[in-house]
Amino acid sequence: MYDCVIIGAGIIGAAAARELSRYRLKLLLIDKAEDVSCGASKANSGIVHAGYDCEPGSLKAALNVEGARMYETLVRELDIPYRRNGSLVLCFDQKEGPARLRALYDKGRKNGVAGLSLISGGQARALEPNLSGEVTAALLAESAAVISPYEAVIAFAENAYTNGAEFIFNTEVTGIARLEDNFSIKTTGGDFVSRTVINAAGTESDTINNLVSPHKEEIYMQRGQYYLIDKAHGNFVSRTIFQLPTMLGKGVLITSTVDGNLLVGPNAENFRKNGESIPNITDTTRQGLAEVCAKAARSAPNIPVRGTITVFAGLRAKAGDEDFHVEEPVRGFVNALGIDSPGLSAAPAIARKAAGMVLARLEPPFNPRFVGTRSHGARFAGLSFEEQARLVERDSRYGHVVCRCETVTEGEIVDAIHRPLGARTLDGLKRRTRARMGRCQGGFCTIRLMEILSRELGIEEREVTISGKGSRIIL
Amino acid sequence: MREVSLAIVGGGPAGLSAAISARESGLGGTPPAGGIVIIERGRALGGILNQCIHNGFGLHIFKEELTGPEYAHRLVEACVRLGIEYKLNTMVTDLGTDTDGAKTLTLFSREGAERIRAKAVILAMGCRERPRGALRIPGSRCAGIYTAGLAQELVNMKGLMPGKTVVVLGSGDIGLIMARRMTLEGAEVKGVYELMPYSGGLKRNIAQCLNDYGIPLKLSHTVTRIEGQEFGRGESSDGCGRLRGVWTAAVDASGAPLYATEEFTACDTLLLSVGLIPENELSKRIGVRLSEVTGGPLVDDSLQTSVPGVFACGNVLHVHDLADNVTLEAYRAGESAARCIRGGAGAFGVTGGVRRIGLRAGRGVRYVVPNEIILPAGPKPSAGPDAEPGAEYTAYFRSDNVYRDVYIRVRLAPEGSCSDSEGAVIKSVSKRIVTPGEMETLKFSLETGKAATLEVRIEAKG
Amino acid sequence: METSLGSSTQTAGQEQTASQEPRREHRFICIGCPMGCELLVVTEVSEEGGPPSAVSGNACKIGERYGREEATNPTRVMTSSVRVLGGDMKMLSVKTARPIPKGKIWDCAEAMRGLSVNAPVKIGDIIIKNAASTGVDIIATRNIARGSA
Repeated sequence: MYDCVIIGAGIIGAAAARELSRYRLKLLLIDKAEDVSCGASKANSGIVHAGYDCEPGSLKAALNVEGARMYETLVRELDIPYRRNGSLVLCFDQKEGPARLRALYDKGRKNGVAGLSLISGGQARALEPNLSGEVTAALLAESAAVISPYEAVIAFAENAYTNGAEFIFNTEVTGIARLEDNFSIKTTGGDFVSRTVINAAGTESDTINNLVSPHKEEIYMQRGQYYLIDKAHGNFVSRTIFQLPTMLGKGVLITSTVDGNLLVGPNAENFRKNGESIPNITDTTRQGLAEVCAKAARSAPNIPVRGTITVFAGLRAKAGDEDFHVEEPVRGFVNALGIDSPGLSAAPAIARKAAGMVLARLEPPFNPRFVGTRSHGARFAGLSFEEQARLVERDSRYGHVVCRCETVTEGEIVDAIHRPLGARTLDGLKRRTRARMGRCQGGFCTIRLMEILSRELGIEEREVTISGKGSRIIL
Repeated sequence: MREVSLAIVGGGPAGLSAAISARESGLGGTPPAGGIVIIERGRALGGILNQCIHNGFGLHIFKEELTGPEYAHRLVEACVRLGIEYKLNTMVTDLGTDTDGAKTLTLFSREGAERIRAKAVILAMGCRERPRGALRIPGSRCAGIYTAGLAQELVNMKGLMPGKTVVVLGSGDIGLIMARRMTLEGAEVKGVYELMPYSGGLKRNIAQCLNDYGIPLKLSHTVTRIEGQEFGRGESSDGCGRLRGVWTAAVDASGAPLYATEEFTACDTLLLSVGLIPENELSKRIGVRLSEVTGGPLVDDSLQTSVPGVFACGNVLHVHDLADNVTLEAYRAGESAARCIRGGAGAFGVTGGVRRIGLRAGRGVRYVVPNEIILPAGPKPSAGPDAEPGAEYTAYFRSDNVYRDVYIRVRLAPEGSCSDSEGAVIKSVSKRIVTPGEMETLKFSLETGKAATLEVRIEAKG
Repeated sequence: METSLGSSTQTAGQEQTASQEPRREHRFICIGCPMGCELLVVTEVSEEGGPPSAVSGNACKIGERYGREEATNPTRVMTSSVRVLGGDMKMLSVKTARPIPKGKIWDCAEAMRGLSVNAPVKIGDIIIKNAASTGVDIIATRNIARGSA
């Protein structure tokens, strides 16, 4: 019997688990993928939005601003890569644009966002020399930041795990039955009984809700496609560059990522589910990529697209009314539903709110052994020579550089495998260490990583996968 | 800090050959001080040759046909015989210049961190393969997509077959070699698709690797979309299954796909042989200027880069067609580095007292190496038929297209002129065919003092 | 300036033979050097057998010899790799010590399938004697020491 089962090990599920692990509770996270952060949380813009563009009074507005503030301490406690780089919203005309920027500025003030200012096109270009000459004015938000989204999930999950939460992967929830005082959760990996449930299932959160709630939901999916560009061009912009939002969202952005790459995207394509899964929905498309390029070029005409190292697509789970839904439709069953952008920014606040509903039911005592900090482990590339040398002296495996492009050592790979909720796949290693994330995309290090995974996990090299079942390197 | 005369970064064919020639050019001293050291990041010397188990190496250098490992073996044996020190499993993570002009290298290995000082450095890091992402091919990010070199290492070094039905995109040599290799290991190779109207690989590889096995080569074609396996609900949430097939299409003269011709080819493996990129991240650390065309350093005819005392050779400089050509180039880099070191500290980067003549790519030529020729200062050689024959220089270059029955020429290009002007012909060689897949060499001697810039061109006959 | 868009390379190497005619034309790409000359070999099939052939398109003697050989008795050096037990590398690269008839490549590949050898191995060691009855040995092309891969 669990006190709380959380369905979905993305940013919301992981953050909620970490929040609940402060209390003496028996917790279980269930995910259908082979690792944490395999859905929307792994493929997005990696931005902590300032919070000026949410409708004042909406849940989004409140939780975005609160979440963004919470990250400031969380990233230190949990050792999450984060950089406050500021953002600019651009407009390209003299009339309507500046008026809409002013409206955004006012919204931001209402939402409680600090550090906003309206600047001219010239001032914007002085800050970001690669911006288009057509930029006429901009809204500068100093509190916007970039973050590693998957590292955030990994940090929350690891910390929750260390504080006692259990995780099971490759397991799909197929039914939820409301018993008298608790829930029976049927999964492909057996049945679990729990006093409460948090539904953080992202694009499948409607399906999970509909298993148990009389109030049926429908989530639709918005796909966004991106270009990830070589670190050699990471300084093309230093801030996150937006255009005025459209009906479909915040539009195409250009940003330097927290890791120093340049990221351009996303477009926005809506998909309704109609009860069926849509094949290959996370594919990139010719039209989508072309659209991203064309739209981004308006902000900055000379984006170094030739330096692209990969293209990818991510999904956002959207509710019909465009707001977040953090609710308890059935006593003890809490939904975090419709968590689209700014879901990453708001995640700590969403998780706290959802956890609060569970806590109100369970009224548990504090977990006396809760440790709120977690460290990522050494990041060799970011250390000084002296620090690197000391590290190698302590453990010779840190002297063996495995991934040349990102300078990732064997010591880091082994640590990523053996740390709590460690990596079992190449993508798991990639998200934890950045090996295979660089400009050669694994051309050099894939085989070295296969060897290390095989050795450390006691599996055959031919059994190594990219991201779990069905994705072996060797057929 | 330990001092060496010459540090060579990379122990593949370029690094080994450079070491041999530096030693044979009389670069003395023995380890630990004063000698030559090769720093190799892999587990063995020989670099990529170790996985190139096919034959076709060594015809020029050793006058016999060898496989890659045999070619490497010959070079390694020579290095061992000459007592050249080498470090394996060692990564150079930084390269800089000390206040006195010496170069500093930061090394990491399981044995620890080390910093060494070298009077000269030869860059011989080779190249990397262009990955799928750089092509921006839309579709799934499924398993089953490999650069040809990665597949080559899997098959030849690990005995692991990546797949059973294969499509190859790009007709670079490794792709052609792997089409044959995987066929012989039992895979079905459905075709090689090449964006350009000509192959990027050697003709003999087309003959021996494709034609011998009936593997079609589709020129002016490309892969337009990658289709991953479709998963039922719950099987995968992130779309990363196995490759199910690729969509291909013919392309127009500009290389743009003609989508009306798109067709699906079922396969579980896509090999990419779509270009090699010189690995110059380390070169950038020390401030070496790079060519925008080759991605390799700009060099003079001694293969010295824009940083005095730093030389470059092999695929880090420009992508070669044959290992033999790498060795020849590296011999020159080794000699030059030895000469530079022998000249003493004062000789580093002497820019005064010499004249620099630019060598540039003209019509029909994609790039040329070297970018500059250095003439000794002193009395200007006189122009005209009575002039003493000058030193011989070699231009290495690749064409930008296939040309038949042409001259390849070095011409004088008076400084400041546009590249269409006609200067005097310095050297002219008649060629039946020039193709981008094969590197051309043109030896010439310089007998005029008037040259400011030279240009390599491909010119029609008549 | 004349340029050829190279479409001929697509078919040039595939042998085109009109088998019923006494006079046969073969087209090959010469592999003697990177030039890759496109050869036209004409053979007259006479009653007596021994076909005198005329080679054109070659830039040098290698091309002439290659053209004749390809038309009459094509040969290849075949390379592969086989598993090593107890060595410091997993796979041993090998080759046929001399060129073998083109038609025997698959037989040699078959002879090597599933084969494993014990370390140590020296470059030039014979791995299979008289592979697939070609009269040619398959030999190692690298040294492998005892150890663990």
